[in-house]
Amino acid sequence: MSVARIAGLIVALTGFCGATDVFASGETAPKRVVSMNVCTDQLAMLVAGEGQLHSVSNLAADPGISVLADEAGRYVVNHGMGEEVFLMGPDLVLAGTFTAQPAVEMLRRLGFRVEQFPPESTFEGIRDSIRRMGQLLGRQERAEELVAELEAGLDDLLREPVANLSVAVYSANSYTSGEGSLSHAVIEAAGLTNITDKLGIAGVQRIPLEQLVLADPDIVVLGEQHYEKPALAQENFQHPAFRAIASGDRLVRIPDRYWICGAPFTLEAARMLRQAAGEVAEQ
Amino acid sequence: MSEQARYAAVLLALAVLTLSLFIASLTTGPAEAGFRQSLAALFVDEGDLMSLVMREIRLPRAVLGLMIGATLGLSGAVLQGYLRNPLAEPGLLGISASASLGAVLAIYTGLSATFALGLPLAALAGAVIAVLLVRAMAGERGGTLTIILAGVAISAFAGAMTSLALNLSSNPFAALEIVFWMLGSLADRSMTHLWLSGPFMVAGWVMLAMLARPLDVLTLGADAASSIGIDMRRVQFLAITGTAASVGGATAVAGAIGFVGLVVPHLLRPLVGSVPSRLLPASALGGASVLLAADVLVRLIAPGRDLKLGVLTAIVGAPFFLWLIWRTRRQML
Repeated sequence: MSVARIAGLIVALTGFCGATDVFASGETAPKRVVSMNVCTDQLAMLVAGEGQLHSVSNLAADPGISVLADEAGRYVVNHGMGEEVFLMGPDLVLAGTFTAQPAVEMLRRLGFRVEQFPPESTFEGIRDSIRRMGQLLGRQERAEELVAELEAGLDDLLREPVANLSVAVYSANSYTSGEGSLSHAVIEAAGLTNITDKLGIAGVQRIPLEQLVLADPDIVVLGEQHYEKPALAQENFQHPAFRAIASGDRLVRIPDRYWICGAPFTLEAARMLRQAAGEVAEQ
Repeated sequence: MSEQARYAAVLLALAVLTLSLFIASLTTGPAEAGFRQSLAALFVDEGDLMSLVMREIRLPRAVLGLMIGATLGLSGAVLQGYLRNPLAEPGLLGISASASLGAVLAIYTGLSATFALGLPLAALAGAVIAVLLVRAMAGERGGTLTIILAGVAISAFAGAMTSLALNLSSNPFAALEIVFWMLGSLADRSMTHLWLSGPFMVAGWVMLAMLARPLDVLTLGADAASSIGIDMRRVQFLAITGTAASVGGATAVAGAIGFVGLVVPHLLRPLVGSVPSRLLPASALGGASVLLAADVLVRLIAPGRDLKLGVLTAIVGAPFFLWLIWRTRRQML
């Protein structure tokens, strides 16, 4: 007997008919949505209507990663595991393209509708994801509202010209983010220049400390640390050479949660950066 | 007299080699700057960024490479003489691994953040425990095999505890750093690390250097040595504390780097003769050369990827170790 058949049997016996609901009733909006990824969690929380979203992942409640951590308490928690999502009997499952692939495959085999969202690296991508989420949840109007807010915010950022300063993102283990990353898109949205353009670094790559020092960025962006215990990964933030080029106003902390996921609130990261640039330029 | 001159020539050659590799280490790096420009920036501070790079990034790295290499070479030579065992060295005896464990406990519990000296002291404590264990296992006339087996067991245990401590840390980056503590690296070390570990290494060197003459006498056997007035307790204290302090200090900031202490004394013994007091300074210089060369190579082979030093030292050291086992097999049986 195939897995699908066993699943069908279980569904029939236990009365979990959520999976077949969508297909039976055509294009009606899903009523019991489960999200398995912190980014789809947050998009769904922003877009979904009352009672439509049933469960979000455990990471959605982590204030270090999730902007909507406070709201996440209103939903049932899942841990991204196929079995628990199956038992929730959702009529739509939302996942990231990097979400535990075996779990996603299993849910698909069992006949659930799983929609995957790629990680965003541009503001266009964020707009598309919001609209797609709106369509999936039957909440196109709400999605258009969010897109309009985002557009207005981006326009606001570029209305007043700011001195064209150079910015470097410096993360744990000496990683920096260049073209093709969301951080790069945020820097450009703030009207600033990423040092990686000059250094020929694309995507997320290691940057040796001495190369960073010699590139002499006007602003260095650190992710906000929310770990209780130290690790060598963050040791370079204390390096005397690093502190010599990145201290005071030139060092900007932008909490990770604003740009781990591409969402309307990613605009907040660009605003913070823009404000920091204003302060540096005044000196 | 000619033997004296030969010895002086070997030392001079080693010193020149060490100095050139030290300069090579200073002028190697991802920042594209010429040889002269780099050195000029080191000596003349015009407040530019190149001076910052040379003084705060390259200089501590080169000095630490020099000191840690010297520590490993010297302690390898002392351990081989003291335990009268050709396979002895801090890495193989589990001393580096235990020092790593001490450093890991100090860093990842947050102790070293509140009390900076806690880091080298914890590494030293780990090293002392390992030396004492090996010494206890070896007994009065410990065979080659006993000592090495004790070292294998201590290494494995300390390595496992290091992995456990890092895996249990609530910081998600900690688990990835197991490789640093097992293989060692000098990437982006700072003057802070140098001030923290340097005094321990120098103190260890002084103690190990005081062993030069006793080790010479010890080649006649422990009984003969005590009969002509060598205080064996003092020798033991100096060997254990000196090794622990220098290897502990080195490991606390650069992780466990294997095989340098094994290979260097063996390579130099034919050149300086089998007199321990001559082997010690030569091994210190030789160790410094080997580690500086390895640290230059990791930057040339894989720039920007932070290749670990232990990878290179093991590529050279492990086949050498096998050859050594092959050669000493008959004596061990």
